[in-house]
Amino acid sequence: MPTVSAIDRVALVRAIATQHRDERGPLLPVLHDVVDEFGYLERDDVEAIADVLNLSVADVHGVVSFYHDFRTAPPPAHALTLCRAEACQAVGAERLYAETTARAADLGDDVEVREVFCLGNCALGPSGTVDGRLHGRLDADRLTALTAGWRG
Amino acid sequence: MSTPATTVYVPGDAAAVSVGADEVAVAFEAAGARVVRTGSRGMLWLEPLVEVQTEDGRLGYGNVGPADVESVLGGEHAGGIGVVDDHPWLTRQHRVSFARVGVVDPGSLADYEAHGGGAGLRRALTLSPAEVVAEVTDSGLRGRGGAGFPAGIKWRTVLETAADQKFVACNFDEGDSGTFADRMIVEGDPFTLIEGMTIAAHAVGATEGYVYVRSEYPHAIAALRRAVDTAYTHGYLGRDVLGSGLTFDLHVRVGAGAYICGEESSMLDRLEGKRGEVRAKPPIPAVSGLFGRPTAVNNVLTLCAVPMILAQGAAAYADLGTGRSRGTQVFQLAGNVARGGIVEVPFGVSLGDLVDDFGGGTLSGRPVRAVQVGGPLGAYLPPARFEVSMDYEALAEAGAMLGHGGVVVFDETVDMAVMARFAMEFCAAESCGKCTPCRIGSTRGVETIDRIIAGHDVARNLTLLDDLCETMTKGSLCAMGGLTPTPVQSAITYWPEDFDADLVERRATASVSPSSTEEGPNP
Repeated sequence: MPTVSAIDRVALVRAIATQHRDERGPLLPVLHDVVDEFGYLERDDVEAIADVLNLSVADVHGVVSFYHDFRTAPPPAHALTLCRAEACQAVGAERLYAETTARAADLGDDVEVREVFCLGNCALGPSGTVDGRLHGRLDADRLTALTAGWRG
Repeated sequence: MSTPATTVYVPGDAAAVSVGADEVAVAFEAAGARVVRTGSRGMLWLEPLVEVQTEDGRLGYGNVGPADVESVLGGEHAGGIGVVDDHPWLTRQHRVSFARVGVVDPGSLADYEAHGGGAGLRRALTLSPAEVVAEVTDSGLRGRGGAGFPAGIKWRTVLETAADQKFVACNFDEGDSGTFADRMIVEGDPFTLIEGMTIAAHAVGATEGYVYVRSEYPHAIAALRRAVDTAYTHGYLGRDVLGSGLTFDLHVRVGAGAYICGEESSMLDRLEGKRGEVRAKPPIPAVSGLFGRPTAVNNVLTLCAVPMILAQGAAAYADLGTGRSRGTQVFQLAGNVARGGIVEVPFGVSLGDLVDDFGGGTLSGRPVRAVQVGGPLGAYLPPARFEVSMDYEALAEAGAMLGHGGVVVFDETVDMAVMARFAMEFCAAESCGKCTPCRIGSTRGVETIDRIIAGHDVARNLTLLDDLCETMTKGSLCAMGGLTPTPVQSAITYWPEDFDADLVERRATASVSPSSTEEGPNP
């Protein structure tokens, strides 16, 4: 990720917000674009967005904190999500999730293991994503293989 | 002169890709084949399922890996299933909405039209809005999102409500575990959804539409956005749709991770850029929906049934099904099932037919112990209830619901007290927080079930849990809190032994620390 000075960042966030300002219900598209650009939302971003869209900072903060996808801290180097919903539980997802969170540190430096509820791959569980890519029929061995590149 | 390249169909569906279909496609291209990426046929246990075009038809090969290219092209691969269209799993189905999924190239409008696409819209545009609404009403089509409300009645309300602006909104927040039909139809045949929404716009007098897609579905989002662009280019969207004078603009909006946004009023708040909190009803969205305007809110599968109804007439659809459940239902077999995937059949098939005949029992080979029908808010049913007819009324009578058509199978190793606890845990995690029974009740539910599992005062805590479930059922604003008790209470009804004091006490002495059992039941 390129380093951006705080001033440049605010200017870019304002530009993104301005681009969507005339759409109906622009806040979520703006938040998505900012997260796509920077990986997460800073307090200054929230204030800039609120200003451009003529919303209160509290309104924008309330929306940011409501949704799982809007990170407020820099993302980890690598992310693993595992589905814990019923269909994946039926084929052993709970054990896989427990085992994987327990050995997260062994998978690599700065790895986040997170639960999700349903990735729409319910006939080929346990399902999960490895750095954003969907995988089915997961087990501990496949996870080790898929994350091989994470260990320097 | 070189021989023409063999055409090979490899699914680009997310499920197929999740087990290696992209790598398979690359391998076939490297071998000189002409590769067409399609949706999935819905025979998910065979993915990646590759089809080779031959004089006899498209021959299928299941569970193909990149190393299998030569044996597949030579017709010697051990996973051969013959002509895919003749496979009993498909010939026993009646595919209406899913007719083109897995067959056509989802990016090709020409393919779509060659397989009958667009006929419903073309006919609808020759009819008046009221006539289109009448056609949908007469077809008996009901909302496939879970509530089962007659689509035609909803559309008539929007049509008859005067406003300067109306909307069509498609609920594509398919968050229920065990459901994936919306995702698969949009990835495999996205123009059908666009066609259904355009017909809806004409019928209710809307000029703008929104599709709310969950962010967990990147493949579907890409497929839909590509299809919307193509539809604009070819006059299916925008000003003067197909020369009819109709204006319809379609926007794709992406969610941000919140199960509750599948509840329609919460979805509308999210589209407006707010926290996805549930609205009190009335007013209903058909009168005051998106941005306070009359809005036809429908699920993906509801809208995808509409083109066929308009193309072939209401009677053709209404002739299928049973009782007041007309047409076909797209069932999704998932979880611990040998043959998981898409089963589109007329209403009235039995649960046992789905699980045993189509599904082939469990993947593990152990006996089936429980089946959850209709998503995380649906009831758990034992094999003793396999005779139940899969339609709205029969399921309601059995204390269950159809939901979005998900059927999740569990084998004998499942602990139903753990599943009941999970239902409450999920509700606590995903509640929007607006109403107390759902927000607080679910957390108290987890605590109460924990005490039952720990063997503390089981009888009193079961009574308390029952009271709590009643409060949630009657006092919650929406189906999230209102239906979370369904899986909990069905688990207690059918598998009391999993909650039983004697059994649990033995477990408690083995593993639970005293501190967690000292709390009494909560008032």
